[in-house]
Amino acid sequence: MTFLEIHDVHKHYGDHHVLQGVTLEVARHEVVCLIGASGSGKSTLLRCINALEPIQQGEISVDGDVVSGQGVDVNRLRRNVGMVFQSYNLFPHMSVLRNVTLAPVKVGGVPKAEAEERALALLDRVGMRDKAHAYPDALSGGQQQRVAIVRALVSNPQVLLLDEITAALDPELVGDVLAIVRELAQDGLTMLLATHEMGFAREVASQVCFLHEGRILERGAPAQIFEDPHEERTRQFLSRVIASGRL
Amino acid sequence: MNDTLTGSARSAEGARATPTPPRPVLPVAVLALLVAVVCAGAAALALWSLHQMLGNPAAWVVALLAALAVTALLPVVPAVRAFGHARSRARLLAENRMAAARHEAATGREHAHTAMGYALAVLICAGLIWFATANDGAITETFLRWEFLKSSFADVLAAFVVNVEVAIGAQLLVLVVGLLVAVMRLLPGRAGRPLRWLAIAYVDTFRAIPSIIVLYLVGFGLKLAEVPVFRDLSPIWLAILALTLTYSAYVAEVYRAGIESIHPSQWAAARSLGLSYGMTLRTVIVPQAVRRIVPPLLNDFIGLQKDTALIGVMGVTDAFTQSRLTASNVFNLTPVIVVAVLFVIITIPQARFVDRLLTKEQSRTGRSS
Repeated sequence: MTFLEIHDVHKHYGDHHVLQGVTLEVARHEVVCLIGASGSGKSTLLRCINALEPIQQGEISVDGDVVSGQGVDVNRLRRNVGMVFQSYNLFPHMSVLRNVTLAPVKVGGVPKAEAEERALALLDRVGMRDKAHAYPDALSGGQQQRVAIVRALVSNPQVLLLDEITAALDPELVGDVLAIVRELAQDGLTMLLATHEMGFAREVASQVCFLHEGRILERGAPAQIFEDPHEERTRQFLSRVIASGRL
Repeated sequence: MNDTLTGSARSAEGARATPTPPRPVLPVAVLALLVAVVCAGAAALALWSLHQMLGNPAAWVVALLAALAVTALLPVVPAVRAFGHARSRARLLAENRMAAARHEAATGREHAHTAMGYALAVLICAGLIWFATANDGAITETFLRWEFLKSSFADVLAAFVVNVEVAIGAQLLVLVVGLLVAVMRLLPGRAGRPLRWLAIAYVDTFRAIPSIIVLYLVGFGLKLAEVPVFRDLSPIWLAILALTLTYSAYVAEVYRAGIESIHPSQWAAARSLGLSYGMTLRTVIVPQAVRRIVPPLLNDFIGLQKDTALIGVMGVTDAFTQSRLTASNVFNLTPVIVVAVLFVIITIPQARFVDRLLTKEQSRTGRSS
């Protein structure tokens, strides 16, 4: 059953037509990887799904409810749709624990003690429990990103959007973060990832979409996309990735 | 491409044959000694004229003046040392020990520069002493007379309490009003447009009007027009109101700069967690902005404190008014100097407090400065 439905979405920044009619269905428990060159619209698509960017045309629905357009309670939508960013975006003036409990306490109405208990349990799962009272600037990039994932997960979102979450990390820290995402995929969390980690995409994705100039040019099972791409553009993109040693 | 890269590397290797010679020391050492001696001489003259002005000073004062004169001679020491290094440099150069000669040259020049730096500071101090003793000490007589300082201090200090009251009252109000105006100015969308315009109009107007005029108009105008509530306010409250009007306009702009300096990704992160616009502003954006604007905020607060010296125009007896009164009675400006010193004394602890606050915040969040 389709859980997240994106239908003919168009997005303009002024004259720049970033998304030119994107259509995509995601079923529950699916992991969809968005690949493509920088500027192909991967990040924009993710930001449109949780309404950080308004769309000019088309429709997005989550769990049968239309969430694009005017009058939607975006704050409620966003509690169902978690997001993790490339540059972590932790709040530097708050401890790790406050970063994680802010949304459940302030928006979800969860009692502070209960929220902290849940936050600590999740931080424990990603190996960050002992840093609960540290501040983000005292952490490495990989540690910050693990906290950011916990922050997005603590409100039990139904779908998680991951926007190139390892792109800003030192190579030796990427593995820790990907291990967490792999675990979440095994738990059956529905996820959309924009990523440059082709090996990882191939391993965890149920569906891979190749974006080119604001369109999904090709989509299919990872084996098909990586081994037998139908489109010339996909083939070119993948051969450049292979040449750079990332696959 | 590859060819030219290796080609230029090869030619660079070929150019390595002649080592860098040590820089000269002797000319700069001579200059340093000259400057040090001239400045010490100027200081001696200034101290001598101070001695003359004091008439027949006590023995300990004479000793102090002598000690100062000796201190003024201290820059000669590094200048002389520079000569020693100049000699070793020449010897090492003759032995063709390039690296050691370069090291000596650098040390020698460093000493010469130190001598000149300290000597110029001595010269400036000598100038100030000379200025104070000029005209047979008339300047000191006019600004600093111990008996007037003693007689006016209590009155001026008592009146200074008014300045402090007005400053603190206005500062507290400015913190709140300034933030409200800044947030108004940043309201999004069509609905926020009229409020944005009002905020801009307010800032443009009150930042432009000299605060002395605002004080005058508020102090007399509201009473003259018998405006309800305001006509019953004490002059001190009217002064607080007037300074709040002026300084909220400045501080609103400081807040706005702080809020706009927070990276949009912080907004995105907070909104993606389901926080509303207002909640994001309150819990994520403004707390970070406030930490950034503390130093410029202190600037404006010090400006506000100083402008409390203007509230005399609305008939409040503050420290400056009081000191002028006393000054015109005794025909001497010492009481006014007392007010000036009081303003300095209350400002310095605030500056140090802000420094400490920032250092503490940095060590708490693990950020290196």
